[in-house]
Amino acid sequence: MLGKLDWSAIPFEEPIPLIAALVVFLGMVGVAAWITWKGWWGYLWREWITSVDHKRIGIMYVTLAALMLLRGFVDAIMMRTHQAATLFGEGYLPSDHYDQVFSAHGTIMIFFAAMPFIIGLMNFVVPLQLGVRDVAFPTLNSVGFWLTATGALLVNLSLVIGEFARTGWLPYAPLSELEYSPGVGVDYYLWAIQISGVGTLLTGVNLVTTILKMRAPGMGYLRMPIFCWTALASNLLIVAAFPILTATLAMLTLDRYFGFHFFTNEAGGNPMMFVNLIWAWGHPEVYILVLPAFGLFSEIFSTFSSKPLFGYRSMVAATLFICIVSFMVWLHHFFTMGAGPNVNAAFGIATSVIAVGTGVKIYNWLFTMYGGRIRFDTPMLWALGFITTFTIGGMTGVLLAVPAADFVLHNSMFLVAHFHNVIISGVLFGAFAGFTYWFPKAFGFRLHEGWGKAAFWFTLAGFILVFAPLYLVGLQGMTRRLQSVPVDAWAPYLLVALAGIGVMMLGAACQVIQLFVSIRRREELRDLTGDPWDGRSLEWSTPSPPPDFNFARLPHVEDEEPYWTIKQRAIEGQPPEAPESYEPVEMPKNSPTGFVTAFFATAIGFALIWHIWWLALIGAIGAYGTFVVFAWRDEAEYEIPASEVQRIDRARLEARRTWHERREAVG
Amino acid sequence: MAAATLLAGCAGGVLDPRGPVGVGNRQILLDSLGVMLVIVIPTIIAILAFAWWFRASNPRAQYDPGFTYSGRIELIVWSIPTLTILFLGGLIYYGSNVLDPRRPLGPPDQTLEVQAVALDWKWLFIYPDRQIATVNELYLPAGMPVRFRLTSASVMNVFFVPQLGTMIYAMNAMESTLNLQADHPGELYGQGAHYSGAGFPGMNFRVLVLPPGEFDRWATRQRGAEAVLNAQTYGQLARQSSDVAPQVYGHVQPGMFDAIVHQVLPPSRGPEGGEPQIHPKPLAAGICTGPVAAGRMAFDFGGRD
Repeated sequence: MLGKLDWSAIPFEEPIPLIAALVVFLGMVGVAAWITWKGWWGYLWREWITSVDHKRIGIMYVTLAALMLLRGFVDAIMMRTHQAATLFGEGYLPSDHYDQVFSAHGTIMIFFAAMPFIIGLMNFVVPLQLGVRDVAFPTLNSVGFWLTATGALLVNLSLVIGEFARTGWLPYAPLSELEYSPGVGVDYYLWAIQISGVGTLLTGVNLVTTILKMRAPGMGYLRMPIFCWTALASNLLIVAAFPILTATLAMLTLDRYFGFHFFTNEAGGNPMMFVNLIWAWGHPEVYILVLPAFGLFSEIFSTFSSKPLFGYRSMVAATLFICIVSFMVWLHHFFTMGAGPNVNAAFGIATSVIAVGTGVKIYNWLFTMYGGRIRFDTPMLWALGFITTFTIGGMTGVLLAVPAADFVLHNSMFLVAHFHNVIISGVLFGAFAGFTYWFPKAFGFRLHEGWGKAAFWFTLAGFILVFAPLYLVGLQGMTRRLQSVPVDAWAPYLLVALAGIGVMMLGAACQVIQLFVSIRRREELRDLTGDPWDGRSLEWSTPSPPPDFNFARLPHVEDEEPYWTIKQRAIEGQPPEAPESYEPVEMPKNSPTGFVTAFFATAIGFALIWHIWWLALIGAIGAYGTFVVFAWRDEAEYEIPASEVQRIDRARLEARRTWHERREAVG
Repeated sequence: MAAATLLAGCAGGVLDPRGPVGVGNRQILLDSLGVMLVIVIPTIIAILAFAWWFRASNPRAQYDPGFTYSGRIELIVWSIPTLTILFLGGLIYYGSNVLDPRRPLGPPDQTLEVQAVALDWKWLFIYPDRQIATVNELYLPAGMPVRFRLTSASVMNVFFVPQLGTMIYAMNAMESTLNLQADHPGELYGQGAHYSGAGFPGMNFRVLVLPPGEFDRWATRQRGAEAVLNAQTYGQLARQSSDVAPQVYGHVQPGMFDAIVHQVLPPSRGPEGGEPQIHPKPLAAGICTGPVAAGRMAFDFGGRD
């Protein structure tokens, strides 16, 4: 009846996951009780869960990412503290638990923290920057988000029911084959990633279509904000690379469920092919994450230097260059598998060629600051923290691309330090910068600057303190994923890293406090103009938060910085005039399709993990049925009357005029 | 006291090489780093200097919002990284050819062959010329080129002695080649460098580099050891076990290594216990005889010398 599922799946004898799960469970019950007490279920269902508004979906993506970031960070804390503890004794995590922790850390951070954070920001910002009202396929967008949430749910469920993979964040065959990993851990991994991968692919298709087909009148490709360019490159990579991941994991699934031999040791299986394929996706994945971060840093450097971006066309070229070359370098993840010297050299050179594109970007940011009037608000601090530390991380990356050096650095803590260096300073700092930068746009009030700056300094200091010693201990020969530490000489480095994670925890605490304080004091942090940072692109021309339809009339774009031009004209005495008449706006109707699909997808995933075939069948029928119901809908849109559009837009113009007059008076 | 000295001897990393390959790796590593630092350090200084000088509160900094394009700067901006990479590309090509792991370090008749097999979770080293084998302990003659033939009995692993240089994967049904040499007698630390499951942290081994004459004496002495490595004893050894104490086989059935590579001896099995388990229990330590050390103590050779 329940397949492999029975009471032995609950780890009663292991206190750590059990207590963690209990805390999470009580937290969820608490939140649910609070929502019930406040009577917010209806509101949540109508305004959020069924919403197809790209802004709401973006916010939900970021919320999911923030929660998963905390979960992944707890895993990181456990690894650092456990490794330090083994210097003095046995540590507190037995091997099978420690191996789950580092596998879950990587999986969660990449798939359920970094990806949703970046996708959330793109979802929120791209249509606003393009001057349009929503993405190309709003309901599909909702489906994509909820499938990602399903994946995150399955991974976290493995904490209490069964186990998670003990194979690392990429389940290298043959370790991940049934023979060597008979438990359900790898199955949790496979189904969670497959389901959320479908969601990511849908988002990729959606955003590519949106950017290519739905820009405001006049916005040619070379007038698109740089963030949209990087979003385009990133989503093109999603569309090209995620099918490889899906196919690879599908083959591993066939091996595990039906006794196929794609990657097994025996019967002609080829485990190296798994490594080959997984990195053919895995390397572009890095750029899927970091390109949008490059884009938002470009926006931030330009805005806070009060200057247009230096060398805009060069930046576009560098972005597309990275987008293409990133597909030709995957072999550098396994130089040490014994390829010939010329193969290694070719991939090593291809890899370091990417640094040309990145180098160009760094110099263009540098010259964006040159001649600027730089304001050091929190987003700019994150950007400066990024550009300095990322340069180091990029350099160690190129070092690892030199095969003869990689021969002694592969799989070492040096490698671990390198990719954390680029992912934390690139993607995580980018996510935090974007979060602080666009938060007022999303919620109508700014985040508290003091706590934001404290968070930045603690995070930066902790980050350096953790990973500088890990670089050094890597040079000492320490390999990664060690549950116990066999060489005493490595101890001092691990203890410094332990101190570093403590400082990073202070940074994380500051972020949480910042959010809390900002919500408490939202009235004094209120953004009345919709343009808190003196911005340059179209999202700042809308009120904060923007109305459902974003723009009462689609703006006409005449250059690269449309909103800056509008403001300059206003300063020169040509304020934007209110249109005499407004037209009603048609917007897509909310739809529970995404949530219901994800509900059934969760059932399918859980059922397949535990071999509960009847439940999988019900899930499949349910998911298909949901699709049919959606496909047969009669009405897809609703109309916002012209009077309502007029009321909202007049209020926006009024606020803008007041602000402008006050500015004149001060100036 | 003795233990402390031994551990200190093992502490060296890849920047303290004890053989020609490691020296080559270090050379390429430091050269590449140097080439890049020439660009990276001025860039970081310029970033911080520009950011500070052009701060909004600095009245002396000139505000020039029109400075958004300069053909000359664009040219420099594209050429600096390109030139650096061209230079580095040369290093990459040269390095991967000179340090090709398959490149012999000496004439075949003066090269020792060692066959290394990654097992769950210990290393088996076979000396085919001497027909002996060791587990979790590698003996090498100083100053003599060594040709390693690597394979794995189960999942992937990596053979890595940091102070000797280059690491290479060991994979089932495949054979990889690695040429190394230890210059001077001494003790080094070796490890599996690719996560391979629960017993992975115990997959480290001691490398004892002996003067050539002493190595021969050691090898001859071991031939008296009772244990014999044949298909049957290999089957026992290949079962999962962790933190295995060093062991010696006084005689090795010829062709063992090729039998493993060609799967005449089938890939070793995963966790035992029949049906797929939800929580496979960690396995009992050590099937080998002799004292079983746990965790990091496995590398504490206290009292030996």
